[in-house]
Amino acid sequence: MADLTTTFLGITSPNPFWLASAPPTDKEYNVRRAFEAGWGGVVWKTLGSEGPPVVNVNGPRYGAIYGADRRLLGLNNIELITDRDLHRNLDEITRVKKDYPDRAVIVSIMVPCEEEAWKAILPLVEATGADGIELNFGCPHGMAERGMGSAVGQVPEYITMVAEWCKKYYSKPVIVKLTPNITDIRQPARAAFKGNADAVSLINTINSITSVNLDAMSPEPMIDGKGTHGGYCGPAVKPIAMNMCAEIARDPETYGKPISAIGGITTWRDAAEFMALGAGNVQVCTAAMTYGFKIVQEMISGLSQWMDEKGYQSTSDFIGLAVPNVTDWQYLNLNYVTKAKIDQDACISCGRCYAACEDTSHQAIDMSIDRVFTVKDEECVACNLCVNVCPVEGCIEMVELEMGALDERTGETVKPYANWTTHPNNPGAVKAVE
Amino acid sequence: MSNTTLTPGIQPERLPGDHLEQNFQDLHAPLMAHEAHVAADRCYFCHDAPCMTACPTSIDIPLFIRQIMTGTPEAAAKTILEQNILGGMCARVCPTETLCEEVCVRETAEGQPVEIGRLQRYATDKLMARNSHPFVRAAETGKRVAVVGAGPAGLACAHRLAMKGHDVVMYDARPKAGGLNEFGIAAYKSTEDFAAREVAWLLGIGGITVETGKALGSGLSLEQLQSDFDAVFLGIGLAGVNALSVAGEDKGGVVDAVSFIADLRQADDLTKLPVGRNVVVIGGGMTAIDAAVQSRLLGAESVTLAYRRGLDRMGASQFEQDLAASKGVRIMTNVMPVAVHGNGAVAEVELEYTRDEDGRLVGTGETFRLAADQVFKAIGQTLQGAPEGLEITRGKIVVTGDGRTALPGVWAGGDCALGGEDLTVTAVAEGRDAAEDIHKALMG
Repeated sequence: MADLTTTFLGITSPNPFWLASAPPTDKEYNVRRAFEAGWGGVVWKTLGSEGPPVVNVNGPRYGAIYGADRRLLGLNNIELITDRDLHRNLDEITRVKKDYPDRAVIVSIMVPCEEEAWKAILPLVEATGADGIELNFGCPHGMAERGMGSAVGQVPEYITMVAEWCKKYYSKPVIVKLTPNITDIRQPARAAFKGNADAVSLINTINSITSVNLDAMSPEPMIDGKGTHGGYCGPAVKPIAMNMCAEIARDPETYGKPISAIGGITTWRDAAEFMALGAGNVQVCTAAMTYGFKIVQEMISGLSQWMDEKGYQSTSDFIGLAVPNVTDWQYLNLNYVTKAKIDQDACISCGRCYAACEDTSHQAIDMSIDRVFTVKDEECVACNLCVNVCPVEGCIEMVELEMGALDERTGETVKPYANWTTHPNNPGAVKAVE
Repeated sequence: MSNTTLTPGIQPERLPGDHLEQNFQDLHAPLMAHEAHVAADRCYFCHDAPCMTACPTSIDIPLFIRQIMTGTPEAAAKTILEQNILGGMCARVCPTETLCEEVCVRETAEGQPVEIGRLQRYATDKLMARNSHPFVRAAETGKRVAVVGAGPAGLACAHRLAMKGHDVVMYDARPKAGGLNEFGIAAYKSTEDFAAREVAWLLGIGGITVETGKALGSGLSLEQLQSDFDAVFLGIGLAGVNALSVAGEDKGGVVDAVSFIADLRQADDLTKLPVGRNVVVIGGGMTAIDAAVQSRLLGAESVTLAYRRGLDRMGASQFEQDLAASKGVRIMTNVMPVAVHGNGAVAEVELEYTRDEDGRLVGTGETFRLAADQVFKAIGQTLQGAPEGLEITRGKIVVTGDGRTALPGVWAGGDCALGGEDLTVTAVAEGRDAAEDIHKALMG
């Protein structure tokens, strides 16, 4: 069986599955149970400065959106950082790390953007024996109004500044957790590494309103008739997170720098995808909050099986393998032609491909009187919508036309690779060498 | 209690009252809100959905299920009722396993269709619980239409006509409206007096007068109706019952299954309803199954359903056959009755084995006897009391288009009319379509 042991920033954990800084890692009780369930590491729920802790709302703090069968797809929260006493947290971290030396214990921190504040807390954290720290520059709700969280993460200069303080007052690895509530994720990532941070982790949650109570006319979660934007996470944000992860992984300025990926990771496959896009490990929250700590068992068994099947000995064998294949649109092969093909044995005749194609795409599917659906190659642009709406996995596939084959839609034969940069319709096309 | 399942003869109270009450509860319990949402989530919202095509009333099933899914079951009910005003009853009695649910793509994919029937009931129950009628009558036209027979076809026809602004007088031979919904159909398919409640709710549209105890030939004549009304719709069903035509048929204890079912449906107290210890039901349709299953539920010790052809030819659906088997009914096929024996009352039924010879049923000559103190005849109903002047083919009134008979100004639909299966849902479709045609004819 494949060895899932993963070393990230010199921190070794038995598998790449860490619990993200969030409610599941708020206290010793949970973290011990998480480790017993098999999690490779935790990022302890964000600590604040010494003194009276923050307070949370006493009404609902989560909102959700659902798929079929009320499957939770997206979760938002308006919970703040830990509302427990700093020293109680530090004592618990110390005990847990001592009892689980083989697991990663990272401490998330969010204190005001003042050097004194960081100088004060970092030695206390260092004394716990934890393996590293994560700077919470991500939470978009509540704390941001007080100049922390995403308010810092949205200003690259602040990121660099604080990262430098941390490297100055703390000896172990420093991870900067990024907010996705920005235009270009590469800017804060570059800033973090400029400040000598050891890694970035992303994404933190996305600003969101998950639903509106139509009786009270208030956003949900509703607190006494009012709501506020909260941080959105869960399977629904995975595509956004993966893109941001890939953007950093392929940015020449940050290429090869350590990334800890976060964002809707629910299964082994989600984890493998993020790692293929350059993440050294992954952090999980919503899946654990939905199903409990036990889900890590599926992640472990699934990743092991897949690695065995692929012949990967270690997670480092496949980390980043998909990065070279993330490119810009202009470099995509415009001479690559595929056509949808419907497997008639698998087809259950629901007609959704037909409705989608006929009403909203290219009228490329034919429906017979007895409900047999077939693709009209002369109309099919291979948009993939039929594949996406088909309820039966594998029923519709995109079949590649071989070189030299006739594309019935264009009347042209398939030619070798060519992209937009040299396309005749491109006013800025690079003229071919004569 | 003195009687048990073993008490000889035809006796009441073979089972204690609470046991009987349990036996005759809803065959399919109504869906709770959570169950309905889980069930609705399974619908794929198919294009030109096969379920919709399979429904004789063409209910927009994907749409109504989506309306349930989005928390508007009342809107879902309206989608159903626009096509089928008896959508509540059809949700209970339709053989969905041979109609919408048989062709559901999830039946194709997983052998487990979306529960369309139960979802339809969920929606219609929700709307009917509001005690208001969802449709509004058009301005009165001043036209008057007579509807003879207040069964599913007549009710659907009357409602649609009333909605169009016509005045309707509905006649029925029985003391109550509802037809087979009220007097046929097994009790466990229409609990809590649903048929009567549905009729009352349907009449909420206004413009419909019901006169019971009147039938063609007893208080009514077609000529009179034709002269008193602008149009006439006949939904008179099949009031006659086929005879066995075997020796001993007149013995005590040999009765029509439809009468037994009607008595059961109208009984206020099931403990007072007598049933035989050994019951034999002759026939293979829904009525035969209903009579057989209900005999068992009343406490008959043994119930045998004897059908003259093979299982594949049985009118009752697979679901109904399985239901009967699960209730302990023994189904015998390829047997036909040849005599009823007994001294005054039936004691035994003599049956002969049959075989199919090129589509022709012949007796093998081998006979046997089954102990029986009650025999139910369920070998089909026949048209009775059809007025002169109508064209009759294969025992049914011939209609063209949307229910037009050979007589001008006279329409017919439901079981009495030729075409379509003898199902509640088919009757509703025919009544509705005839009403539309009558409206067109009246309004030019």
